[in-house]
Amino acid sequence: MTLKPQQAEPLSRSRPAGRVGDKPRRARTGRRPGPVTLAVFIIPALVLFALFVLVPVGFAGYTSFFRWNGLGGLPNDFIGLDNFRTLLADEVFLGDLGRLALVVGLSIVVQLPLAFGLAMLLHQRFPGRAVFRLLFFVPYVLTEAVTAVLFGLIFSPRRGFADALLASVGVDASIGWLSDRSLVMFVIFGILTWKFFGFHMILYLAARQNIPDELYEAARVDGATGPQLFRHITIPLMGPTVRITVFLSVIGTVQLFDLVFVLTHGGPFHASETLAITMYEEGFGRNQIGYASALSIAMFLISLVFALGYQRLVLKRDLQGALTSTEGSKA
Amino acid sequence: MSVNTLRAKVLRSTGLYVAAFATLAFVATPILFAALGGFKDNQQLRENAFGLPSPWNWANYTDVLAAEAFWRQLFNSVFIALVTTFIVVAASAMVAFVFARYNFRGREGLFTLFAAGMMFPFAVAVLPLFIILRTFELLNSPLGVILPQAAFGLPLTIIILRSFFRAIPGEVEEAATIDGAGPWRFFTQILLPMSRPVLATVSVLALVGSWNSYLLPLVVLSRPTWWTLPLGVTQFQGQYSSETAKVLAFVMLAMLPALIFYAFAERHLISGLTSGGTKG
Repeated sequence: MTLKPQQAEPLSRSRPAGRVGDKPRRARTGRRPGPVTLAVFIIPALVLFALFVLVPVGFAGYTSFFRWNGLGGLPNDFIGLDNFRTLLADEVFLGDLGRLALVVGLSIVVQLPLAFGLAMLLHQRFPGRAVFRLLFFVPYVLTEAVTAVLFGLIFSPRRGFADALLASVGVDASIGWLSDRSLVMFVIFGILTWKFFGFHMILYLAARQNIPDELYEAARVDGATGPQLFRHITIPLMGPTVRITVFLSVIGTVQLFDLVFVLTHGGPFHASETLAITMYEEGFGRNQIGYASALSIAMFLISLVFALGYQRLVLKRDLQGALTSTEGSKA
Repeated sequence: MSVNTLRAKVLRSTGLYVAAFATLAFVATPILFAALGGFKDNQQLRENAFGLPSPWNWANYTDVLAAEAFWRQLFNSVFIALVTTFIVVAASAMVAFVFARYNFRGREGLFTLFAAGMMFPFAVAVLPLFIILRTFELLNSPLGVILPQAAFGLPLTIIILRSFFRAIPGEVEEAATIDGAGPWRFFTQILLPMSRPVLATVSVLALVGSWNSYLLPLVVLSRPTWWTLPLGVTQFQGQYSSETAKVLAFVMLAMLPALIFYAFAERHLISGLTSGGTKG
């Protein structure tokens, strides 16, 4: 997720020769590309982008002001902000927000520290660490929907693997992992952690490896102890990466769909529903296209407000060419 | 070395390995459960949840491998991923090239427009996309999946490619121009070959994104002809919900291509997948 094109600038600042608009331009491009050449290079991407990104997103915004079942031409039953008013009183939607906050909170308190700890672990030199690093990233490589099918079987209500694991340590119970309303979100969070900690771990590991050893040596010469090194060198220098992973985690969680949809369809009784699942059910399940569009606009606004606020308040000084992806991670 | 520091050292490395193996167990258990479970039958799954299969039951795997549906879905997934990747990388490279190396009116505005695409979660667009694809009669067609995926891949791909293209020294282009190469020849014969590493990175991103994609194919492909593997797996589970071992075999086989790809292209895959999180 990026906001300003200038963010990519610092890369090129150090090498003025490569920039257009600098002096060598006259010498270099005696023939600047004409409008036709420019058009040839720009049009494929622009058409694709306009047709399948801009138009749909704009259309979602437009439709969100109508009551519409998606059939027959364009929506014509204009209802102003009614969809949004309904939304704010919709218990499922408010529940989605609560569950979003829960997963984000748990991620920050459990998943990211776990990933951070493991990155510190893998930073140590010990035989086999490359293999561990390789293996810890495996869950992230797997398809979310397929992972969900696998965990659906593991947490199966008919004495699945999870129950058998418990039985092997003496707890003989058939637990409704995915059917217990108060349990299901925690099971889902566990699966999200399994799937995504490796991504954050790799980012932390890269950040840790970028801290020069000299800093630690110098501090040690000055008499700093291990915890002091960690507190005053490691933590501050990894700050930017930590802040980015929090950002990615939140943005990913707002869009959470595949894993939960395949696992529980948002059930039982909406207990694990996410914003995207509610939107899907309203739109494709109940043909409330106008209402579902309002929901998708709400999702967009939540991402946008969070992204802008977070960039202003938290990332301010970190964003030196750091572009962050919306696809990078969930939870 | 004193006894104390030796003891501290042993303790420390024991701690390291305990933590590493505990995490490994956490990571590997579900995957081993799938891999081994596929070799069991349902009775074994119930009575011998943890042990090795005995006897090894190959029928689940061979049944899936003998089914035409699995191969068709594999083909569909690969085909859709490759075409998506080709389209998004080609279109992005072209536009990133002019963004990076030429000055023209509206350049920054246009670039900001593309970059702003990063702000739109895909789920926001899926409903209107469905309606648009229905209008173009692209439902149940691979293009209905490919084109939107490629379009939503544009922003990140363009951002990454633009910053790489900018870093290529102007002298290279001057030399090419003096030799009489126009923009198109410079682009295809010099810039693209020089950009192989970054092209590999963005291609991995696009490939993996398409391979894992679920929501869009779910919405667009209601007929099984063009189902991709994620759709196939979820549908298979619905169909054989009581035959856990069979589903596990299908799940494992559906995971295998990604695991093999990861085993062989680990470095590319990791750097590609994390490039969005670290830099542009």
